[in-house]
Amino acid sequence: MSRVVLITGGSRGIGLATAQRFAALGDKVAVTYNTSAPTGDFLAVQCDVTKQEDVDRTFAEVEEKLGPVEILVSNAGITRDGLLLRMKEQDFAEVLDANLTGAFRVSKRATQTMLRARKGRIILVSSVVGLLGQAGQSNYAASKAGLVGFARSLARELGSRSITVNVVAPGPVDTDMTRALGEEKLQAFAALVPLGRIATTDEIAGVITFLASPDAAYITGAVIPVDGGLGMGH
Amino acid sequence: MSQELFDRFTKCAVELLSVDAAKVTRDARFKEDLEADSLDLVEFVMALEEEFSVEVPEKELEGITTVGQAFDLIAAKAK
Repeated sequence: MSRVVLITGGSRGIGLATAQRFAALGDKVAVTYNTSAPTGDFLAVQCDVTKQEDVDRTFAEVEEKLGPVEILVSNAGITRDGLLLRMKEQDFAEVLDANLTGAFRVSKRATQTMLRARKGRIILVSSVVGLLGQAGQSNYAASKAGLVGFARSLARELGSRSITVNVVAPGPVDTDMTRALGEEKLQAFAALVPLGRIATTDEIAGVITFLASPDAAYITGAVIPVDGGLGMGH
Repeated sequence: MSQELFDRFTKCAVELLSVDAAKVTRDARFKEDLEADSLDLVEFVMALEEEFSVEVPEKELEGITTVGQAFDLIAAKAK
């Protein structure tokens, strides 16, 4: 479809799968990575979303090489797990800075050109734990819940300009981030899921590309669970 | 009032608010006469900041409803 798509955190996992999906649709795709550059049918730009100057440089490069961003997928995220009593303030602050303030930085910058274009799609990747909670992930869950209020406020601010803002809330997905939990914990997690398994990254990417498609034009401020039923009711 | 400054101000208004230059008069009210909503005004102020190389804090925008008020605020800063 040849739209300009920017995906943060695209070196692996959900971000990479999403980049590959958009590329397969014929879109002009850019991904950001922090340490290891992915290769594929897309432009890869080094960007630490906790640094405003990185975000500015990334958008400048994407605009120069591909054009103004029409679809933003804010996906970059980190974890610093630990029980509250053992969690350092720095662990909490760093996760919020990357996962929530990072989404703010890229959304704000993308909005500048979307407003002028009178259209745009912003998709924020949250998590089932944002609304369900997860012992040992109070920082991560807080950042992911924060994305919901952020997205819904933007949906109200930008709706009159045909810019939609939605949240995708995956459950456990087969990525490096969840593998870090260890096989045992992952199996226990999967057993809690009504569908009885964890998701593939492609199953999340498919919902993200749907939210960017013409069929999703009337969806905004929504939180779409892609969690095998794990978060039902939240 | 510098005509040169006002012309540049008007040019921004025409571009950002999609109005005829003739409607950009000192007495024109942004909401009622120029049909600008809050987002239009945010974009307009950002364009003015760029055009005149000035910074306008949110606080100073309070109570500003007309073209004349906005122009005076910008012109005072644009030295």
